[in-house]
Amino acid sequence: MFNFIDPILYLWAMGFGLGAYITKINDLSYINFLAPGLVASSAMFATSYEMTYDSFTRMSYHRTFHAMVATPVSMDDVVMGEVMYGTFKGVLYGTVFLAVTLLFGLVKSPLAIMVPLPLAVMAVAFSIISMLWTSLAPNYDSFGYFFTLLISPMFLFSGIFFPIETLPEGVRTLAWMTPLYHTVEIVRPLILGNTSWSMAGHVGWLVGFIVLTLRLPLVMVKNRLIK
Amino acid sequence: MEKRDSENNIVIDINELVKNFEGFEAVRGVTFSVYAGECLGLLGPNGAGKTTIVKMIYDFSPITAGELRVFGESIVDSARRIKARIGIVPQEDNLDPELTVLENLLVYAGYFRMNRRLAAERAQEILDFMDLSEKADAIVNNLSGGMKRRLTLGRALLNRPELLILDEPTTGLDPYARHMLWQRLRKLKDTGTTMLLTTHYLEEASQLCDRLVILHRGKVIETGGPQELMDRYVGKEVLEMGLSTDDLSALMENSGDLIKDHQKLGDYVLFFTNAGEELSEFMSVKTKSLDVQVNYRRLRPSTLEDVFFKLTGESLGD
Repeated sequence: MFNFIDPILYLWAMGFGLGAYITKINDLSYINFLAPGLVASSAMFATSYEMTYDSFTRMSYHRTFHAMVATPVSMDDVVMGEVMYGTFKGVLYGTVFLAVTLLFGLVKSPLAIMVPLPLAVMAVAFSIISMLWTSLAPNYDSFGYFFTLLISPMFLFSGIFFPIETLPEGVRTLAWMTPLYHTVEIVRPLILGNTSWSMAGHVGWLVGFIVLTLRLPLVMVKNRLIK
Repeated sequence: MEKRDSENNIVIDINELVKNFEGFEAVRGVTFSVYAGECLGLLGPNGAGKTTIVKMIYDFSPITAGELRVFGESIVDSARRIKARIGIVPQEDNLDPELTVLENLLVYAGYFRMNRRLAAERAQEILDFMDLSEKADAIVNNLSGGMKRRLTLGRALLNRPELLILDEPTTGLDPYARHMLWQRLRKLKDTGTTMLLTTHYLEEASQLCDRLVILHRGKVIETGGPQELMDRYVGKEVLEMGLSTDDLSALMENSGDLIKDHQKLGDYVLFFTNAGEELSEFMSVKTKSLDVQVNYRRLRPSTLEDVFFKLTGESLGD
């Protein structure tokens, strides 16, 4: 619930507050630039919270993973189910926030209807990353590091608040390595209606990331639970 | 022909089963079978390897070596098919605490690919059988420990299992809740459900099991029916006496058939006998004549626990 309120607060504080002092970014008013990025980040946060704190609870405290694998369901099925649920939750939160930006009059193009697709691809990626951390987490405290070291820096430096071209070369490369950056670069043109072929590259990056990493959480959760 | 029949009746067939954890042998070459319609008790202290064996049977824990067949199929090849036909009651409750009693059953039925109508029908049957109908809409988190256990057992029955695996089903329950669960298990046994039960409560084993496999440090040390094992090892009664073991051999001299066997247990000596009263009198005379100091004495019926003391020289407690 709170990770839904969060982006609205950002939209108000940064968009209307800070945005009043910023004239234009890439020929856009600041709030127009900002809102699409927050659509992506709200999906990221929803998925990441679900696949860390909540997955960890199901896995280690409620032991529902154990209950499920006592039926014809296998551990691979369980972990894939978690990834699908995390993805669904991300898409849901991102889409609800998209509706909010629509109400604020910040959606400029009918192509915005396609936004849930890149959100889904990104949410799969964040389900994978979060499940990996969860499979190694000794306790709840360790998720603090996950959000401080990985999720928050991504939120700040993936082109949501400012174009990453203003960053030093090295930091820009780091941003390029995050799923959030590529998603923002797809979602923003869809919402603003300035699509280009360069978006295909970002889609390719996300799909490649998923193909390369999808098996990892399956293996890691099994390593943790099955002795 | 006869041999074939008995093969067909084997539900679980375990042969020289071994399980190693990093640098530790939890199960060291265990062999036993569970036959259709029986309740077999796996008995042993904590750490004997009971839970490890059970986890291997339902494919939670990979086998290190040996053979394990359930319904004649290897668990490695046919886990899904086998798991569709068994019910598992784990040691720790793993219900979904945020859902209601009924929702827990319906969701679980989905894992067996039951359609909604069948699931609802079975769930209602189970609520009735487990005496949980009134609690159908209660959130699981708010149930008592005994009710949670009953729901866990009920959940394991949703697929009408041919084999029910119970891993310490009553550990931590109060006596009332334990008897409630035993009643249900006896009813299931009467309807022909095969059961494998692990426990370290010997009363539970003698109440429910037709046959026992006694495990100790990862090995089978004895197999037999509860009564058969008691007759073989400890007889009808036990005379417990608190006395110095220095006097033991002198005391037991000329006791003849009165003492079947004995076992030291802490500061006590347990004398196993089929003639308790006579042995008690014999000991009264003997201790007086030898001037042996007796701190404590008690004559009581023998239990499975005595068999365990005799076999392992150890207590079965935690």
